Amino acid sequence: MADTESRGTEPYGPARAEAYGRVREGLRAYRLITAMWIRSTMAYRASFAMTTFGNFAGTALDFVAIMLMFSRIDTLGGYSLPEVAFLYGLSATAFGLADLALGSMDRLGRRVRDGTLDTLLVRPVPVLAQVAADRFGLRRLGRVTQGVLVLGYAVAALDVSWTPLKVLMVPLALASGAGIFCAVFVAGAAFQFVAQDASEVQNSFTYGGQTLLQYPPTVFAKDLLRGVTFVLPLAFVNWLPALYVLGRPYPLDLPSWAAFAPPLVAAGCCALSGLAWRVGLRSYRSTGS
Amino acid sequence: MGAGRLYAAVAAGGFRRYATYRTATAAGVFTNTVFGLILAYTYLALWHERPHLGGYDEGQALTYVWTGQALLMTVSAMGGGFEDELIERIRTGDIAIDLYRPADLQLWWLSADAGRALFHLLGRGVVPLVVGALLFPLALPTSPLTWLAFLIAVGFGVVVSFAIRFVVALCAFWLLDGAGVAQLSWLLAVFCSGMLLPLNVFPGALGEIVRVLPWSALLQAPLDVLLGTADPLSTYAFQGAWAVVLLAAGRLVQSAATRRVVVQGG
Repeated sequence: MADTESRGTEPYGPARAEAYGRVREGLRAYRLITAMWIRSTMAYRASFAMTTFGNFAGTALDFVAIMLMFSRIDTLGGYSLPEVAFLYGLSATAFGLADLALGSMDRLGRRVRDGTLDTLLVRPVPVLAQVAADRFGLRRLGRVTQGVLVLGYAVAALDVSWTPLKVLMVPLALASGAGIFCAVFVAGAAFQFVAQDASEVQNSFTYGGQTLLQYPPTVFAKDLLRGVTFVLPLAFVNWLPALYVLGRPYPLDLPSWAAFAPPLVAAGCCALSGLAWRVGLRSYRSTGS
Repeated sequence: MGAGRLYAAVAAGGFRRYATYRTATAAGVFTNTVFGLILAYTYLALWHERPHLGGYDEGQALTYVWTGQALLMTVSAMGGGFEDELIERIRTGDIAIDLYRPADLQLWWLSADAGRALFHLLGRGVVPLVVGALLFPLALPTSPLTWLAFLIAVGFGVVVSFAIRFVVALCAFWLLDGAGVAQLSWLLAVFCSGMLLPLNVFPGALGEIVRVLPWSALLQAPLDVLLGTADPLSTYAFQGAWAVVLLAAGRLVQSAATRRVVVQGG
C-alpha cells in the first residue's frame, strides 16, 4: 500500500498532512473491515441471497403502499404517481447508499452500554471507521436496488423536457442526498454516546426522514417544512432538486438557486456531524464493568 | 391453580423485563410519534382527494393512524418479540432445557409475550395517542364500553400475533437458520395487518383476501372496533377462530419438533 510512505511529504504543512493521513487511514481501515464482513457473509450464499431479497422486499413495501394509494386516487398533494415515484426514487436511493455505508452506526448505543466500544478505542484505527464498518451488511444493496428501480420507472414515465442541467440534477441529488443522510447517521451515533439506549431516536431521523421525503412537500404543514429545510435540512436530499426538475415551485419562499445548494448543504452537514462525533467520543466514559 | 400462578409470574417477568429499558421506551415513543405525524399528513392528503375512502371519514382515518402507531409494538406487527430468542434457543440447543421444564413450551412463551404486550400497550401506546389527539381532530369514542370492547379485541390480536410467531419460530427446528422465515413472516404481517394502509383501502379482490387472513386480526380488527365500523362480537369470533386454529397448529408443530430434538451428551 502506498498509504504509509507518502505521509509527511505532503506539501501542505504537517497539520494538514496529518489530517489527510487520518482520513486516508480511516478509509483504508473501513475498506479492510468491510471486505472482511463481505467475505464472512459470502460464506453463506443462500442466506445472503435471502436477506438481500428480504431487504429489497421490505423496502419495496413502502412503494407498494404508494401504488395502493394511487389505485384509489389520481394525484396525492397535487402530484401524479410518476412524480411521487421520482421523489421516492431519489430519496430511497440516496438513503440506501448512506445506509449501505453507515447503516451499522445505530449499534453504537449497544456498544457503549455493554462496554465493547473499549475494544475499538485501543485499536490503532479511527473509531468512526470501525463503528461504520462494523457488521457491514452487503444485503443493504437490496434497498439501493429497489430505490434505483423506482427511480428508473419515474424517469421513464415522467413527462419532463430534460435539459442538461436537469439531467445533471439527478446524480447531484443522489450524491448530496447520500451525504446528508450519512451526516444524520454520524450525528445520531454521536447522540448515542449521551443517550446510549436511544437508537430508535436515530431511526426516526433516518428511516423517518426517508419516509417523509417520499411524499410531496405539499402534503405537509408549513412548520414541518420549515423544520426540515432550515433546522435538519432533509429537504435538500430530494425535494428541492426534484422540484426543479419537475418545474414546480417550492412551498416555502426559497430562491430558485436553492435547488443547486444540496452539495454545499451536504458538505456543511458532514462537517457538523464530524464535529459532533468528536465531541461525543471525547465525552465517552467507559462503563467500567 | 399452581400452574396459573406460574404463568402469571412468567407474564409479570415479561412485563418487568421490557419496563427496565426506560430510555429505549422513551426513544420508541418518539419514533412512533414521528411516524404518526408523517402518516397523519399523508392520510389527510389521501382523504382530501377521496373523502370517505374505505368507509372512513377524515377523523376516523386520523384515529386509525395514531391508534395504529400506539398498537404497533403491542401486537408486534413488525416482529422482534420473543421469536428471535426462541429461534436462537433452538439453534443453540438451549431449547432442550426448556423442554425439560415442568411447564408447557407454548403457554410459557405466550405468558411472557402477554406481559410484553401489556407493557408496550402502556409504555408505548398511551403517549403517541395523546400527542395525536392533541395535534389532530381524532374521532375517539366517548363510551367506556367501546374502549373496553377495543381492548378485548387488542387482547385477541396479541394472541393471534403470538400464535403466528410461535409457528414461525418453531420452523427453526427444521431450517436451523430461522432468519429467512422470520423475515418472510414480518413482511406478510406488515402488508396484511393494516399497518401499511387500512385494509379496506386495498383495491378489489386483494382487499377481500387480506381481510380474511389472520394478520387482519392484529391491527385492522381492533381498530375497526374502536372506530365503530365493525361489530365487536363478530370481530371476536373471527379473531378467536384464527387464534384457535393457529395455536392448534403451533401444538402440532411443537409435538413434531420435540420428537426431532436430539440432546447431545457431554
